Parts: sequence; structure tokens; C-alpha cells
Amino acid sequence: MGQYASLLLDALVSGILVGGFYAAMAVGISVAFGMLGISNIAHPALILLGSFIAYVLNTQFGWDPVLIGIVFTVPFYFLGMALYTGYEIAFERRGTELIRGLAFFFGLLFITEVGLQLIFGVDYRLVEASYIGPTLDIGPLSLPLRMLIPFVASIILLAGMQIFFTNTFTGRAILAVAQDKLALQLMGADPVRIKRIAFGISTATAALAGAFLIILQPVEPSMGRDYIGRIFAICVLGGVGSLPGTFVAAIIVGVAESITATFYGPSWSPAVAFGLLLIALVVKPAGLFGRA
Amino acid sequence: MSNLRFVVLAILVGALLTGTSLLVTNEYYIFAAYVVLQYVVLATAWNILGGYVGYVNFGTTAFLAIGLYSAAAVNKWLDLPIPVLILIAGVLCGGIGLGMGYLTIRLRGIYFTIATLALSVVVQTFIVNWDYVGGSRGLYIMRPNEAPVFGSYLNYLFFLMIVLAVLSVAIARVIERSTFGFGLAAIRDDEAAAAAAGVPTLRLKLIAATISGALMGMAGAPLPFYLTYVEPTSSFSLAYTVNSVAMPLVGGTTSWLGPVIGAVLLGSMQQAMTVLISSSINLLVVGVLLVLFVVAAPNGILGLIQTFRRRGAPQPETNPVAALLVPEKRSAP
Repeated sequence: MGQYASLLLDALVSGILVGGFYAAMAVGISVAFGMLGISNIAHPALILLGSFIAYVLNTQFGWDPVLIGIVFTVPFYFLGMALYTGYEIAFERRGTELIRGLAFFFGLLFITEVGLQLIFGVDYRLVEASYIGPTLDIGPLSLPLRMLIPFVASIILLAGMQIFFTNTFTGRAILAVAQDKLALQLMGADPVRIKRIAFGISTATAALAGAFLIILQPVEPSMGRDYIGRIFAICVLGGVGSLPGTFVAAIIVGVAESITATFYGPSWSPAVAFGLLLIALVVKPAGLFGRA
Repeated sequence: MSNLRFVVLAILVGALLTGTSLLVTNEYYIFAAYVVLQYVVLATAWNILGGYVGYVNFGTTAFLAIGLYSAAAVNKWLDLPIPVLILIAGVLCGGIGLGMGYLTIRLRGIYFTIATLALSVVVQTFIVNWDYVGGSRGLYIMRPNEAPVFGSYLNYLFFLMIVLAVLSVAIARVIERSTFGFGLAAIRDDEAAAAAAGVPTLRLKLIAATISGALMGMAGAPLPFYLTYVEPTSSFSLAYTVNSVAMPLVGGTTSWLGPVIGAVLLGSMQQAMTVLISSSINLLVVGVLLVLFVVAAPNGILGLIQTFRRRGAPQPETNPVAALLVPEKRSAP
């Protein structure tokens, strides 16, 4: 195998693995933005909050980061419900969610980021776990476990959510609230309550994505904003509100970035997601799996 | 306020600021006032699209940095006077505002917001990879110590920023009171109804996006000469974006006066806090103020003043949350 081909193979594999992790980051936005129409741009900051919780508990007590992520989905779920309750009273009821709701989440993003900065400083922080160093070698492929574990866990997360949305009453109600609020009310479900649950789920995924992020690479409080463009690009590209679409789009973005970084240098990769976003908006605003 | 009174007042304020700057001996005050005036321009520019039309731009940083770097690059290539650099930056950023608007404003407003947010990341990527302006190492800008008429060069830069600030506020006021401005307000309130009534919605939105982008770029053009050293990390500081969003929303978005009040208030407060406490605390305070105001006082300081003035006469409750809590207030005399 030539050197070029092996370089390409490596780029593809790491792109797919990182892409899977992007899916875990994007799924919260996919629910909040795609299904509920709430442009929660503070989501990346919440993900970093999850990372720093994993960092503190890992360095203090030596807990496993994935376990911390799973445990903290519960407080994050309630945090999300509280956030939505406030958002609904302050903006949705007044009909001012477009400008002021956006500004609210932007302020929240900023407060979280600066708050983390004041507590932890601007140094890069990392976690320790047995699987962060080694790699799994299968033939010519070498799969670093620190990428493989978030990848597999993300697939489980997305698959679980997809089953929840298509097979349970609450899940179907969440899908329905995006389409027709009134019809949902006639079916005897309270849209505000359904949206509160859905937003809680969306926020809960941030705890997991945060834990995956700090397994994958060292984190620093202001990193979140680099992910905003990427996450929204994935959601739009995948078709807002479609979980399989989100997953496929996340893999596409991951692979495109990884190939760009390998062949043109890593300093160019932040522009890739934006390029894809613009192409998606111009060519097919409904996304790959969009219904509209 | 009549037009004549506004013009007289604007010229008076401009002349007063210029005169004071020539008399002040401590240069720190001019440095601080320059930053505040720059925020007057940025907040006013943001409000033309954000407040009048309702399209949220989170890319102030990108527009400012494009203005900044275009001026730095052109200055390195040709030795042009700053007013020309300001014009170049304005044309460039106006074009970018138009392009971003054309690609995304036709869709839902939120896509424009996301695209502007991502624009900062992309422009920063390009600047980091652009060796001519120093890449991530940064670039030193040589400026003369003296300027004709104004004595020190800093006074000259300050004067340019006064002109830009007065100009942008005047533009905002003209827009607000023109047919164009009424069209924008109609789009903000109900786009479908506006289109049905014959308002050319797309064209008006694109013009607003162009003007807003151009003003932000123009504010950035004198900045390299003020800083004398530019590098990507601080040029792309999110502080510009959060301030230009917070200032109009704190001041009040429906009038030209709102962003000015917000910029002067928040800008001076941050300058004072940077000296007295620390610069990261003051960004936290701006974030908290932004959230507090959008939740508790949706119409900003101007809205609060109006409510306060109207308190004597019975008014239907305009705040729906309050109306829900005290329904009897609607019918009470």
C-alpha cells in the first residue's frame, strides 16, 4: 500500500471516529433546534460544563469519565427543564423568542464560558482513564481507544434516542409538537410539558458529550464556540430534527475535516464545516434527510 | 426632536468631544473614550439589522476584524490616508454583509444568525493562514507620532472615530424615520403581512444588512493604528460581538438613541471595571446584564423610561407575563 493511500485511510478512519463523536454533540441541538425550534446556541457551553464536571470528579475521586457523563445526565436533564421553563415564560409566551431568546442563550453561553474561565483559568485540562493511551490494531487500521469509545457510546446514545422517539408515547409526542401544537393538545398532551421534557433530554446529552470531549482531547473553557458553527452545520446538513440525518452529516463533516487537516494542514479545518453549511443552505436548505 | 435640533445637537456633541480631546493631557482618557465611541458605532450598526429588522448578527467580531485587517493589509501595500482605508473597509464589509444576507436571509432568520456566528471562525482561519498580515504571529503597524492640525496622532484617530460615531447615529436616525425604516419595522412585526402589503422585503433586508456590515467594517479600519499591533486571537475576541448585542438590547432597540445609551453606559462601565477590577469580570457582568435585560426589561432602558412616564395614565398591561399575573389590572381604572 502506498504512502498516500495509507495516509488517506488514516484520515478516513479518524474522520469517521471523530464524526461519531460530533453526532453526540449535535444531537442535543438537533432535538432543541430541529424539533422544538429553540435555537440553543448555549449548548456547546453546556457541553464544556459537562467536560469540566468530568475533569473535577476524575481528578478528585478517580471516577471513570464515561460513568460521570452517564450519572450527570440526570442533573443536566433537570437543568434543561428549568431552563425551558424560564425560556417559555420569558420569551415564547411573549412571542419574542427570535431576537431576545437568541440573545438570552448567547448571554448564557458567555456567562458559562467566563464563569468556567474564572474558576479553572485558560489552561488545557484532561482526564485520566485506562483507555486513553492504547490503540486497537486491526490489520492496517489503528484505532485509538480514546476515539473509539466516544464513537461507540455516541452510536448507542443516538440509537437509544431514535428508539425512544419512535416507540414511546412521549417520544412521539415530542416529534408531534414540532409539527402541530394544536393537534397535540387535542390528543390530550400538554405541548409545554412535552417541550420541557424534550429540552431536558437535549440538555442531558450535553453531559455525555462533554465527557466524550474531554476523553478525546484536553479542553479549555472557550473551546465551545468553535463547535457552534460545526454543530449547526451538522444539524442543517442532516435535515433539522432527523437523528439518522444528524449521524450521517456528523460523519461527513468529521471525514471532510480530517481529510482537509491531513492534506492541507490542521489550521484550515475550522473552515470546512462552514463551507459545508453554506453549500447546504444554498443547495438544499432542507438537508439530506429533511422532510420540508 | 426635530431634524434641525438633531443636526445641531450632533455637531455640538462632536465638536465638544473633539475640543475636550485636544485639551486633555492624560492620554488614557482618550484611549478609553475611543473604545466607547467604537462601541457606539458597532451597537448602532448592529441595531440597524437586529433592532429595526429583527435579524440577529452574531458576527460583529468578523466584520470588525475584516475592516481591521483590510486596513492593515492595504496600508502595508500602499501608503494611503486612513479615511480612504475606512472607505475601503466599508465597501468590503458592506459587500460581505450583502453576500451573507443574500445566501441566508432568504431562509429563516435563524440561519443568518448561525452563518454570521460561523463567519468569525472562518475569517479567523483565513487570517491565521495569511502570511502577508503576519498570520498568527501578528503584525506591527508603523504610525507617525504627529498628525497635522490635531497635534498627536491619537487625537487624530479619536477625531475620526467621533466622525464615524456621529455619522452612524445620523444614518440610523434617517433610516428610522424614512419609508425604508417603516418597511423594515413592518418586516420585523410581520413579514408575511409586509410582503402582502407590497413591501419589497428581500431588497429592504439586503440593504439593511449591507449598511450594517459596512458600518462595522468602517469602525474596524482605524483600529490597527490605534493598537499599533494586531494579531488574530485578540482581534477576534468575542467581546465585540457580545457587547454589540448587549448594548442595543440594554439601551432599547426601537430607537437610534437606545444603542447610544447602551454603548455609553456599558462601554464606560467596562473601561472603569477593567482598571478597577479585572477584564474577565466585566465580560461576565455584560453577559449577566444582557440576560437580565432580555428577561426583565425587553424594551431596554428606553422602554423603562417610557413605562415610568406613562405611569400616571391607566395603561393596558403590555407585559404579557404581568398581565397573566394580574388580570384585573386590564379593567381597573
